[in-house]
Amino acid sequence: MTNPNPAAAPAADEAAERLAATSAEDGRPIRSGWRMLLPTMTPWLAVGLSLVVGITLFGLIGPFLVGDPEQIRDQGLTGPSGEFWLGTTQTGQDVLAQLAHATRGSLQIGFLVGVLATLLSAFFGIYGAYKGRFVDEAFSLLSNVFLVIPGLPLIIVISGFVPRESRGLWTIAVVLAVTGWAASARVLRAQTLSVRNRDYVAASQVAGERPWRVIMVEILPNLLPVIASQFVFAVIAAILGEAGLSFIGLGASNSSTLGTMLYYAQNGFALSLGAWWWFIPPGLIIAMFGTGLSIVNFSIDEIINPKLKNLRLHRKRARRAARLERQLTRTASADPEVSDR
Amino acid sequence: MSYFLRKLGFYAIALWAALTLNFAIPRMLPGNPVDILLAKLQQRGGTVSPETREAYALLLGGDDSSPLWKQYFDYLGNLARGDLGVSVSYYPANVSDVISQSLPWTVVLVGLSTIIAAVLGVALGAFVGWKPGTWLDSLVPATTLLAAVPYFWLALILTYLLARVLGWFPLQGGYDVTLTPGWNAEFIGSAIHYGFLPALTIVLASIGGWLMGMRNMMVSTLSEDYILTAEAKGLSPRKIMRSYASRNAVLPSVAGFAISLGFVVSGSVITEQVFSYPGIGSRLLSAVQNNDFALMQGVFLFITLAVLGANLVVDMLYGVIDPRTRARS
Repeated sequence: MTNPNPAAAPAADEAAERLAATSAEDGRPIRSGWRMLLPTMTPWLAVGLSLVVGITLFGLIGPFLVGDPEQIRDQGLTGPSGEFWLGTTQTGQDVLAQLAHATRGSLQIGFLVGVLATLLSAFFGIYGAYKGRFVDEAFSLLSNVFLVIPGLPLIIVISGFVPRESRGLWTIAVVLAVTGWAASARVLRAQTLSVRNRDYVAASQVAGERPWRVIMVEILPNLLPVIASQFVFAVIAAILGEAGLSFIGLGASNSSTLGTMLYYAQNGFALSLGAWWWFIPPGLIIAMFGTGLSIVNFSIDEIINPKLKNLRLHRKRARRAARLERQLTRTASADPEVSDR
Repeated sequence: MSYFLRKLGFYAIALWAALTLNFAIPRMLPGNPVDILLAKLQQRGGTVSPETREAYALLLGGDDSSPLWKQYFDYLGNLARGDLGVSVSYYPANVSDVISQSLPWTVVLVGLSTIIAAVLGVALGAFVGWKPGTWLDSLVPATTLLAAVPYFWLALILTYLLARVLGWFPLQGGYDVTLTPGWNAEFIGSAIHYGFLPALTIVLASIGGWLMGMRNMMVSTLSEDYILTAEAKGLSPRKIMRSYASRNAVLPSVAGFAISLGFVVSGSVITEQVFSYPGIGSRLLSAVQNNDFALMQGVFLFITLAVLGANLVVDMLYGVIDPRTRARS
């Protein structure tokens, strides 16, 4: 079933072309299955995507273009200038150089935790809901308990017990992932419960497919947009969590992230000395990146959330109405007789 | 009635899980907290008797003389008696005394600002979601900026602008230190003045989530049949919005209180550090910096207890206002 007959493919292509041609005559583009899974391009989505891509590029390429972030100079606490675009820190380090390296560090940990937390939540959410009964009860109890126990105080306590020497990038990542998977496991569980009872899943079970195959092949593809959205949330939460942890001096000992920058800014009295160029940029990067990701998620949400289908319809209808109106006024101005009708 | 019993049972399990985590964490992680703690204690002039050592070992592990299960039950017994050990950084005060001094500050600050944020956010969300697709509605994604801002950074910015540049509010602290704490107008006024910036930070940072959740529910409620019926009856749009749409749309926001409260508490812990606010978050951080493990665990337990308690109350309320939840279970 999954392996289409290669000989039939050209015929299918032809059919698709014909379909495209007829629909082009209608003036309405065809929508393939994949198109429906992708968000519609709105100005907001464009803003979000460019924020995410821009900051990612800054984190990836930036560190190669700037100087040594650790280099100490005798021009401490100077404001933005031609030589140092974002000024210098108390010990004369280039803020822009630090920012580029710190952005890379934050993105790294965000991505790492995002992947770990998504894996955990997929396991507990999807597997539990698929198995049902006792496993489901146990897993959902576990995730509910993790959900109500406040995350950051727990992280602070755990990091407080780990000696500073052994507090590496992976330790922090694992701690953040372990305390951050519960919410998305709950969402995935709810979605899996609805997908699990569909006929084709039952059919593949009757056909003797093994549980893992049913989950991977029949259920998982339906959950991909949800997982994508949960991954995005996990990345935001991880970057914010790590920044908070580093800000109070409990971050990974050998890493430099945006939170570490803010930690040094706070302890270097940037606030009372009025060195705004030192503490504003790191937080701004976090805020912009988080906003970008949230907006992307906002668009994903309109696809996966059946309750928001209205909204897409509303918007599409409004757009089509606007287009029609424009067309009408155009034809009306070109041909005054039409407007009389 | 079984809904309430189920909820009570769940929170009992959650509480037990938190207590057990608290017991397990120091025992699972590397390092020897008891020795660090006792060394600190001696520095501060405390005498280390075998009993003190035993009490700390119960709390933090490192005691090999008795089996683990016995340690566990002794630990639970100590907690039940409210004995959380002696704080090292505030020696010779007990951990429970240090916590009971700072807890009211945090409860009032976080409680008030959460209520303000929730009421404002839900009201705005209902208003915006009532007419999807208008220009006001298209501004909603902008509120995600507020949700993505780290609490402590927002606190830094607000302090810089309102306290340092404009000088309207004090830079840090919880009250004017020249006053003696008490229930008089002068002290309360000073506490409000000092607490305004931390509260503003929490409200600004958490209002976006409430707004977004309410707006989404409002949009989906609009397509319900009872809204159409209400419109067909010729009720005024304002009445429909207030009594028909918002009332039903607000339910998930109430149910989602648990998750948001956890976020707010987490955020405020670090915010308190920025303002040197005399609340429980600053205590937790100073405990971490001073390796005061007993205080650290005590604060974590109290925060968890407070969050669980607040959630239990909200869940009970939810069972009362939405009869469907009771019927389902």
